Amino acid sequence: MAGYNDRYEVVIGLEVHVELHTRTKAFCSCPNEFGSEPNTNVCPVCMGLPGVLPVINRTVLEYALRAGLALNCEIASFSKFDRKNYYYPDLPKNYQISQYDLPLCRNGYLDVAVDGGERPGARRIGITRVHMEEDAGKLMHGEAGTDYSLVDVNRCGVPLLEIVSEPDLRTPEEARAYLEKLKAILEYIDISDCKMEEGSLRCDANISVRPVGSTVLNPKSEVKNMNSFRAVQHALAGEAERLSAILAEGGQFLLETRGWDEASGLTVQMRIKEEASDYRYFPDPDLVPLVIGPELIDRVRSELPELPAAKQQRFMANYGLPAYDAGVLTGSRALADFYEACVAAYHDQKVVSNWVMGEFLKLLKAHNLEVAASRLTPSHLVAMLKLIDQGTISGKIAKTIFEEMFLSGGRPEEIVKARGLVQISDEGELGAVVRQVLEDHPGVAEDYRNGKEKALTFLVGQVMKATRGQANPQLVNRLIKERV
Amino acid sequence: MKLSMEEVEHVALLARLALSEEEKERFGAQLSSILEYADRINQLDTTRVDPTYHVLPLQNVSRLDERGATLAPDDVFQNAPDRDGSYFRVPRIL
Ligand SMILES: [Zn+2]
Repeated sequence: MAGYNDRYEVVIGLEVHVELHTRTKAFCSCPNEFGSEPNTNVCPVCMGLPGVLPVINRTVLEYALRAGLALNCEIASFSKFDRKNYYYPDLPKNYQISQYDLPLCRNGYLDVAVDGGERPGARRIGITRVHMEEDAGKLMHGEAGTDYSLVDVNRCGVPLLEIVSEPDLRTPEEARAYLEKLKAILEYIDISDCKMEEGSLRCDANISVRPVGSTVLNPKSEVKNMNSFRAVQHALAGEAERLSAILAEGGQFLLETRGWDEASGLTVQMRIKEEASDYRYFPDPDLVPLVIGPELIDRVRSELPELPAAKQQRFMANYGLPAYDAGVLTGSRALADFYEACVAAYHDQKVVSNWVMGEFLKLLKAHNLEVAASRLTPSHLVAMLKLIDQGTISGKIAKTIFEEMFLSGGRPEEIVKARGLVQISDEGELGAVVRQVLEDHPGVAEDYRNGKEKALTFLVGQVMKATRGQANPQLVNRLIKERV
Repeated sequence: MKLSMEEVEHVALLARLALSEEEKERFGAQLSSILEYADRINQLDTTRVDPTYHVLPLQNVSRLDERGATLAPDDVFQNAPDRDGSYFRVPRIL
């Protein structure tokens, strides 16, 4: 397929909705819980019964301020809630409480580098606004052919932040990197579970294409229904191709909403926007304005944890790590904490970084686990590294032990013992194996005598094979060289 | 300001009201007179007046993030036209 990126520039803006993990809902005291029995976490306020009075949850405001400050936004000194009016069965009161012209946070930014990390290549992506609003309920359609839908209003009133980026993103990869960085920050400041598969982090994208060098904004497609980082990247790549083809053929763009279909790998038209939606926003008379003073902002700012960019810099300075390592390790707060717990008890920070970035991330990915869900502990990893240093196990055997620690949560010493994986460093025992290998491969031994370095590698390999990887490699090398 | 028939129909659609021809005429005229009144108010010079976002002299009314009572299942469905187990049942909309 011809690359659209040669002739055309892609313009992407993302709109992210994130559910806040408060104890209760935004405007009533119902539990904010995922997965409860349908229609049990409800009260007259979130069901939209007449005559009720919503009151903003203080923690929602606090979380929104955390997000705004972490995303380098200006915080409004005066903010208010508005009603966004529309009819849909998942919205019992026929309006969503949101923020329209006076959002809590504006004009922020996020520095994003496509390959992770905070390098000179990082680009600054503008954040237009961050505002508070409430979620709607869940609608389940009956089987095909039926004429009804089922409604669960448990999610009605769950607090959301809407985080809108400027149309500053230029590639699907960059959009994904922005989203990953945003998720990391939201996790660091501990305001959301950020689980795309459970819907606590949702992403819609606006995308258009134009010839390179042009500054016009062509009509955009709005892409919805992307349930993973991978889906966001693939859906945008597919849509960029589709729009580029239209542009190349001189076709007409439609202002349309398209859904990502994971199975086909294509976006599918959902509806054409003929006119701007008529939401008739107006100030919600049930909720009084918010006046945000500098004391509150200073307090929330002072309580922010160390954020990924600062942590990355500190990892580079304190542990002598390359920017790449520091970027990967600080990619999630849990991973960074794991790493720091290890280096607090072990001297070689780069060795720890190699194990955490290599084996640990590989296994987490293979088993689709979060750091917190793995059974490996920092103290077990450190104990294993010390076993390598003491010569008890080889680096090769360590990989096997690492995987078992990861899966079973066992201590490395016990695994070594139970599976008989202790490294053989006994000269007499290894000497016998070396003698046997040399006898079995006289030709190769001759090659080595004649200066063929590769022959040594083969002979060492044979000894390792005969000892099931348990031979001490340094000792094997020495013994072979002595005896050839 | 006189509302056109299309505007009356658009507003009725947004409010999910099915109006007869006679009602469109009658309500259209009433809406137009309300808008005329708003136009008159708009003529006032308000450049030195702060916008009124709320009529009550209150701000920062908030609650602690603490759980309260929820409705019992029987109460939840008391006014529901139709239900299916623990769900509300509504006409299908796509
Ligand atoms: Zn409620």
